[in-house]
Amino acid sequence: MSADVTLRDRFERGLAAPICLTWELTYACNLACTHCLSSSGRRDPKELTTPEALGLIDEIAAMQIFYINIGGGEPMIRSDFFQIIEHAVDRHVGVKFSTNGTRIDPVVARRLAAMDYLDIQISIDGADAATSDKIRGLGTYDQARRAMDNLKDANFGQFKISVVMTRDSVEQLDAFEELARGYGAELRLTRLRPSGRGVDVWDQLHPTRQQNRDLYYWLLDRPNVLTGDSFFHLSALGTPLDGLNLCGAGRVVCLIDPVGNVYACPFVIHDEFLAGNIRAAGFDAVWTNSELFRSLREPGNPGACGSCGSYDACRGGCMAAKFFTGLELTDPDPECVFGHGETALAAKRVEIRPTPSPDHSRRTKVILGTR
Amino acid sequence: MSAPTLASFDATAAWQLSEQVSLRDESFGALAYHHGNRRLVFLKSRELVEVVRALSGHESARATVAALVPELQRSNYEAALASLAVSDVLNVR
Repeated sequence: MSADVTLRDRFERGLAAPICLTWELTYACNLACTHCLSSSGRRDPKELTTPEALGLIDEIAAMQIFYINIGGGEPMIRSDFFQIIEHAVDRHVGVKFSTNGTRIDPVVARRLAAMDYLDIQISIDGADAATSDKIRGLGTYDQARRAMDNLKDANFGQFKISVVMTRDSVEQLDAFEELARGYGAELRLTRLRPSGRGVDVWDQLHPTRQQNRDLYYWLLDRPNVLTGDSFFHLSALGTPLDGLNLCGAGRVVCLIDPVGNVYACPFVIHDEFLAGNIRAAGFDAVWTNSELFRSLREPGNPGACGSCGSYDACRGGCMAAKFFTGLELTDPDPECVFGHGETALAAKRVEIRPTPSPDHSRRTKVILGTR
Repeated sequence: MSAPTLASFDATAAWQLSEQVSLRDESFGALAYHHGNRRLVFLKSRELVEVVRALSGHESARATVAALVPELQRSNYEAALASLAVSDVLNVR
């Protein structure tokens, strides 16, 4: 839905509780995708225990947070994964979880199919093995397709196929649409952010300005393709894309990481955007009182974008994309549709890019397919 | 029963907040989330939220509005209820 301007202003001043809460259950992952937002690989020894995780869900239910987005790492690696999601669903908190699909065998698929209020997003990064495995590792595309087959065979219903838009995958939009149609699945496209390990590949992989334009018009024709409000920076091209079209960081969204740290959004796992930890006084206290979140809810400074006629459409774009490319938060988005971000980046004589604070990448790299 | 269109909304029927919907108060009114179709709906005034919450205690949508809303504004509120019915936030009980 497209929110009207006054409502968007209200959202920018923050809500009683997030609309969209992402909770990364673990930093452990059996894959090592090159663009991983959370630099995942190894479990963190300080990750929330099962009682802590269940307690957090109780608090989420009390705050009337309608659903949670669960991710990782690979969330299904946690041995208490089902206990956690079943507890959420029992409390009437909907669960959407993202997975690489490697753990969804026929038995698991049937168990998932038996649950209500559950959405599953299976990630691939190409419409064929060669394109996808280049990012996610050799054999991962086939594994994801097996998970989709298993969900289909178990009559799970409509799951989601989730794809990050890269310079390669954005050329395969019609093929993704076809793939989703074949499964009766929904297609979900999200933006490549220079966050986590993504900072190392963003320069080579982020879509070109022309590709972003093509993507915008493709999405405009397909309001049923989900985007998680990912591409609001493209709304500067004209008609707003479906969604709230604003940066929700600390206002309508936030992230809880595996050790209970609360960050402004899933794309800014960095000390600069750390609001607090749920272990101290609970999540509600962080959401309501954090100084960082309070400052994010103040009217923003449009900075360099103030004089652009499209500022109302894109609101200057994505905070994370700016921060991790070394731009100021008052600079244009690095993928500004008019090229102002590229100009701002080029004007920096020295580029200092912050690296993600916690890095749980495996020290020994798994062997990735290089095509 | 399928959802009504805006024009076919029957204000004389007994409506209620759908059991599939969670309603959360916000400073501007409330957010409604439909667990079935996963849709988020914005109720943009606190008065409207009161009317929605009161629906189940009255014999019809029209009676609810009559009990809570000044006469001049009633048609606006009925229209708002109609759009909530279209998005499945409300159903006939």
